[in-house]
Amino acid sequence: MEKVIPAKDRLLKSEKNWMNGELRGKILVILCAIIMISATISITIFLGTKGLQSFIKNGVSFIEFLTSADWNPTDKASPKYGVLPFIFGSFAVTFLAALVAAPLGIGGAIFMTEIAPSWGRKILQPVIELLVGIPSVVYGFIGLTVLVPFVREHVGGLGFSLLSGMIVLSIMILPTITTIATDAMSSLPKNLREGSYALGATRWQTIRKVLIPAALPTLLTAVVLGMARAFGEALAVQMVIGNVRDLPSSLLDASATLTTIITLNMGHTTYGSVENNTLWSMGLILLVMSFAFILLIRYLSSRRKM
Amino acid sequence: MNSKTADRLATGVFVAIAIIIISILVGLFSFILVNGFKHISFEFLTTPSSNVMAGGGIRDQLFNSFYVLFITMLITVPLGLGGGIYMAEYAKPGKVTDIIRSCIEVLASLPSIVIGMFGLLMFVNLTGWGYTILGGALALTVFNLPVLVRVSEDAIRAVPRDLKEASLALGITHWHTIKTIIIPSAFPSILTGAILAAGRVFGEAAALLFTAGLSTPRLDYTNWNPFSEQSPLNIFRPAETLAVHIWSVNTQGLIPDVEEVSNGSAAVLVISVLICNLLARWIGSMIHKKITATK
Amino acid sequence: MVTALLDKESTEQISQTAVPLKMDNILKVNNLEIFYGEKRAVNGISMDIEKNSVTALIGPSGCGKSTFLRSINRMNDLIPGARAEGEIIYEDLNILSEQINVVALRKEIGMVFQKPNPFPKSIYENITHALKFSGTKKKSILDDIVQESLEKAALWEEVKDRIHKSALSLSGGQQQRLCIARTIAMKPTVMLLDEPSSALDPISNAKVEELIVELKKDYSIIIVTHNMQQASRISDKTAFFLNGDLVEYDFTGKIFTNPSVKKTEEYISGRFG
Repeated sequence: MEKVIPAKDRLLKSEKNWMNGELRGKILVILCAIIMISATISITIFLGTKGLQSFIKNGVSFIEFLTSADWNPTDKASPKYGVLPFIFGSFAVTFLAALVAAPLGIGGAIFMTEIAPSWGRKILQPVIELLVGIPSVVYGFIGLTVLVPFVREHVGGLGFSLLSGMIVLSIMILPTITTIATDAMSSLPKNLREGSYALGATRWQTIRKVLIPAALPTLLTAVVLGMARAFGEALAVQMVIGNVRDLPSSLLDASATLTTIITLNMGHTTYGSVENNTLWSMGLILLVMSFAFILLIRYLSSRRKM
Repeated sequence: MNSKTADRLATGVFVAIAIIIISILVGLFSFILVNGFKHISFEFLTTPSSNVMAGGGIRDQLFNSFYVLFITMLITVPLGLGGGIYMAEYAKPGKVTDIIRSCIEVLASLPSIVIGMFGLLMFVNLTGWGYTILGGALALTVFNLPVLVRVSEDAIRAVPRDLKEASLALGITHWHTIKTIIIPSAFPSILTGAILAAGRVFGEAAALLFTAGLSTPRLDYTNWNPFSEQSPLNIFRPAETLAVHIWSVNTQGLIPDVEEVSNGSAAVLVISVLICNLLARWIGSMIHKKITATK
Repeated sequence: MVTALLDKESTEQISQTAVPLKMDNILKVNNLEIFYGEKRAVNGISMDIEKNSVTALIGPSGCGKSTFLRSINRMNDLIPGARAEGEIIYEDLNILSEQINVVALRKEIGMVFQKPNPFPKSIYENITHALKFSGTKKKSILDDIVQESLEKAALWEEVKDRIHKSALSLSGGQQQRLCIARTIAMKPTVMLLDEPSSALDPISNAKVEELIVELKKDYSIIIVTHNMQQASRISDKTAFFLNGDLVEYDFTGKIFTNPSVKKTEEYISGRFG
């Protein structure tokens, strides 16, 4: 085979053939990666600095902010900026929702993988997907029109309460927990089950003593992820929780969360005012909690690998 | 209680749980569709909304929802695809890649209200635009982007390796292989993922409250000039979307027929998301059939 | 005279241990070592590949023969952590060098894989895809090359009426011959075949073997195979690999009837592997 062009020219890299689509393509995609990094960094920086304004510029006491239950920013004489009730509300409604959704979610997962492995998934999986698809405002709206009156008539209180918030949120985070729990249970090695049954254990004993402990780290991750979602939910909670500034003393008391206060007040406070700045500080708390949840999940995931 | 009884009891509990979950869904869906359907009429969909009087429709909100979704996807899909290509084909295992993954994780788990606040800070105040469609779309991009990057990355990684090797072994460059072999193969999965993401974006409200705003200016639907103030295509105008509208009529509004409007709007929202899900599933199974049939 | 010397100098920079190539060798391997991270998969092998011949690489699983094959067209570059030391001389250049444009190299050194991997496109497009990328655009030329390559791969008669149908509608054996046709279309000098018929049924296998023997008239072929009978049937020279070492390399006849090394004899007679 006659080669007209010498090997040197054919096979060695040269300026000309490097500057083709290869470089262009590489630059394009690296740009996209850079955009993502800068988005994350700018969010952290911007929200961080804005969130600290109320402490730095307006002199609000950091300790008072976090620990005082007195929220009265519009009091002309001595405005108070304690957000403890809202922090409490956020945590309370999150934990309560997890309390309800975790057993339901894990139970649903076990149903799909252990009790009815052949057809359970085919029914429940689409159900879960549909639940995910319902927008959060719709959950809030149904909570408002159905749940709140129900609680008011049949349980007590105003209807707008921690209880209502807890129920709405638990339904909202149920799909998250169920999906991950199902993954956890189905990725357990088969011989775990077989070994247990071979020893004569019943299905329930196998689930309780072998499978759940084995899947525990991922199950915990599922619950934590659900909690992270609940903590950050705004509109649905806001529509049913009542939005009062006092610390609730019972499940039936109305309450408020960080997210709901921000949602309600951002619109009618002046940008730059102290009250507005404290809202941004609450947003900063939300941001910090998001990071905390991510770290917690990473920690749980790394333990799974052991 | 012996173990046999315990086992039966446990099974009963699990079945009960499954039934509870199913009934929750059935209950929610029937409530939404039954109550909402009767309020959906052509009139409802094409009449402008009202702030104080009964009889308002959702024309502008419906349009806004679609338009904001369109602009958001316009920005997110190319960026997400690029990011996914980078992660699947170019990123080398190491510190930088870990950092990028962490960023994606962070962006994906931020509460939408926090993203809305960031949008308010950047795209409303800092830029001086005020409430705009573009601001809302950019805020939605922040949390839609990680989803699309993940979808693209997974779809690209799922393309069989030997296809890529076949192309490279023939003397085709990496980028050209990606462009002409890998992406076309991954396209159906990417499309499915994008449609599902679109469904989620359509129902999003918290991120739009402070970025696209709670109002819509007077629109002239015959005006197609995107630079005109009355054109619905103008992206520098405030735009209340359907999801935001449901929230605002229930918490801020004064209209007497709030329940009817909300029910109708909720039904429209849920039906749209349902259509997206079904569409995605249908495309997914069509592709699956096509691939497995020819082999 | 002077210009000739100058030319030699610049090529010498790349092939440092410039041993004058024998006229009938297409590749010369010098002390090739291949590492995956810290693990050494190929331990300092040296061999010459003859032009227009079929060279078979045999040995048990994991002995390094596929790794070696993939280093010849730099496909190992795709594996993170893989690196090669030593030289492979082709056309007076060390193709392991950083300076080599691997995209151009792979046009001259083609590869057919174990599992047939046609593109999910038509038969016609499978062949023209790479051609279009390298600049051949004219339809009449493309048509000619498609027919020529399919004829050389003994596939033309079977598919000439449906070259615009999907390649995935072909049988396994036909797909593999399509992959061979696709490689031939690039007019390579060397063809690397990585267990090309191990995924095929016996009849397709026989067709592919026939094809390989035909092809050596125009190309130099290196084939990795698990199937010793195949190696003895179609190859001119055979190399026996074991644990990353080249144990013995000689004419096929000799290897299979009277090997010099004991280990070779044990492998051939099935005592291990």
